[in-house]
Amino acid sequence: MIEITGLCRKVGDRVLVKDVSITIPDGMIFGIIGPSGSGKTTLMRMIDLLDNPTRGTIVINGIRATRDKKQQLELRRKMGMVFQKPIVLSTTVFENVSYGLRFRGVKGEELKSRVLEAIDLVGLSGYEDRYAPTLSGGEMQRVAIARSMVTRPEVLLLDEPTANLDPASTEKIEELIRAINSRFGTMIIISTHDLDQGQHIAHRIAVVIGGMITQAGTPEEVFHRPLNSEIAKFVGLENVIGGTVTKTEDGLAAISIHGTEVEAVTNEGVGKRIFISIHPDDITLHSGQGIEKNTTSARNCMMGTVTVTTLSGPFVLVTLDCGFPLKVIVTRRSVEDLGIQPGKEMQACFKASAVHVMKS
Amino acid sequence: MNDIIDGFTQAIQLIITLNPEVMEIAMRTLMISLTATLLASLVAIPLGWWIHFHEFSGKRVVINIIQTLYAVPTVLVGLFVYLLISSSGPLGMLGLLFTPGGMIIAQMLLVIPMMIGLTITAFSGVDRTVVDTITSLGATGYQSMVAVIKEVRFAVFAAVILGFGRAISEVGAAMMIGGNIRGYTRVLTTSIALETSMGNLPLSIALGLILLGIALVITVMLNIVQQRSRT
Repeated sequence: MIEITGLCRKVGDRVLVKDVSITIPDGMIFGIIGPSGSGKTTLMRMIDLLDNPTRGTIVINGIRATRDKKQQLELRRKMGMVFQKPIVLSTTVFENVSYGLRFRGVKGEELKSRVLEAIDLVGLSGYEDRYAPTLSGGEMQRVAIARSMVTRPEVLLLDEPTANLDPASTEKIEELIRAINSRFGTMIIISTHDLDQGQHIAHRIAVVIGGMITQAGTPEEVFHRPLNSEIAKFVGLENVIGGTVTKTEDGLAAISIHGTEVEAVTNEGVGKRIFISIHPDDITLHSGQGIEKNTTSARNCMMGTVTVTTLSGPFVLVTLDCGFPLKVIVTRRSVEDLGIQPGKEMQACFKASAVHVMKS
Repeated sequence: MNDIIDGFTQAIQLIITLNPEVMEIAMRTLMISLTATLLASLVAIPLGWWIHFHEFSGKRVVINIIQTLYAVPTVLVGLFVYLLISSSGPLGMLGLLFTPGGMIIAQMLLVIPMMIGLTITAFSGVDRTVVDTITSLGATGYQSMVAVIKEVRFAVFAAVILGFGRAISEVGAAMMIGGNIRGYTRVLTTSIALETSMGNLPLSIALGLILLGIALVITVMLNIVQQRSRT
């Protein structure tokens, strides 16, 4: 288990990581997501004890890391780290993978069998004698993973391991990460700015923005119930709009957004400035006046003018001006059937429960 | 003109027949310069690694001084070592003046700055992530240094070869510290200087050709190393 408390790193006047506290249990894949330059790499480097924190503590399996070089080496030898840039040393694949074992004094047959096992783990059997720098980026990154895994680390740190790779190589690395976690129970901490990757690999996610953890939770919590508008925008939620609570009754609130009233399920008080987000999937479109508000379970029905339609894979993203821009996802068939095109008046409906309310 | 042609002919005969005096001088020269280069490497490479990978105040000044010392005149090094090991010097009790040992020290001091500088240049070509990767794999400080040197082995080897080239070709310090004693401290360069002044051109040319041959070997080795480092 890794317990991080109040971790800060400051270089000159720049605060790279600020007051980070997280606990990561054994066997978990923990994702650290955040925009570029948000402090993810600095955090990973501090966990691997490559950089010292300005303040705060890191406890790895009950041992609190200090600045003592010998202790740092002992703790670091329980971990493995793969960097964003695929790095291989100027020698063969076999020699590359053997480095960590040689540093630990492993020799002879044991070294050979463990290196071959690690190479096999990453699917590079037969590449042992290849000169590593001639491999592709994806293959180099697999060598880097084998090189870290050969020492059987308790913690594997992956710092944006697929940032420079093509989609096919990315998929292979992601499969490998899952396989390592399920086969060896290795705790994996992966930083990424690829939201999909964070969402479908990690058991838990921390969102790092501006050097701080702004939210930590399951992918479901982070991606569907972000705590604030900044996280919502970062995780790619659409229809993130600011408003003010004007009325509350039985857990339902009326929120005024640029003069248009939207009903949502929230306990926020009257006069409170909040942000809402509505997933474009949760909004339905109807022609003309469409349906009467009281004939549907959707408590929010509003008229708007189509301003833009954009292809989005097999779907179409329609933007309506309802006094505020509202994005709706519809099928191509719906576009044809409803005659959706810029300038057309449409009715947009969504449930109060589909409105996620966040702090301003 | 005939003297020169005769000189060359006799010089080639001296080399082909493995003239004992020529061979003895050549072997001593190689022994002294190779030992000095090897010992200088043991000092310069770790020092170059330390200077490059550690931050300390005055680092830039230290590097500038090292670079200035690349071109230090050999007689100046000779003078410095002379003052150090002469009977009245701080290391006079070691009795190193006019010995091969003293010449080795002088050549070491001559080539160390250049080897440190070239080693620092070699290390500056190492991506920081390579060092982080090696550290994260659990390397100790020493293991990390060895692994990083392996990464830039061709550039480091080139620094060693260039150091050897400077050591074997210098004459000032060898003359001042060795004293050009026949059968003891006489090396190729001091021998050429002496024999030429005495008018013994065939021996001078023979020794010169051997020195040129060594320089050729060094250049070829350097080219091979540089080509390998690019592939």
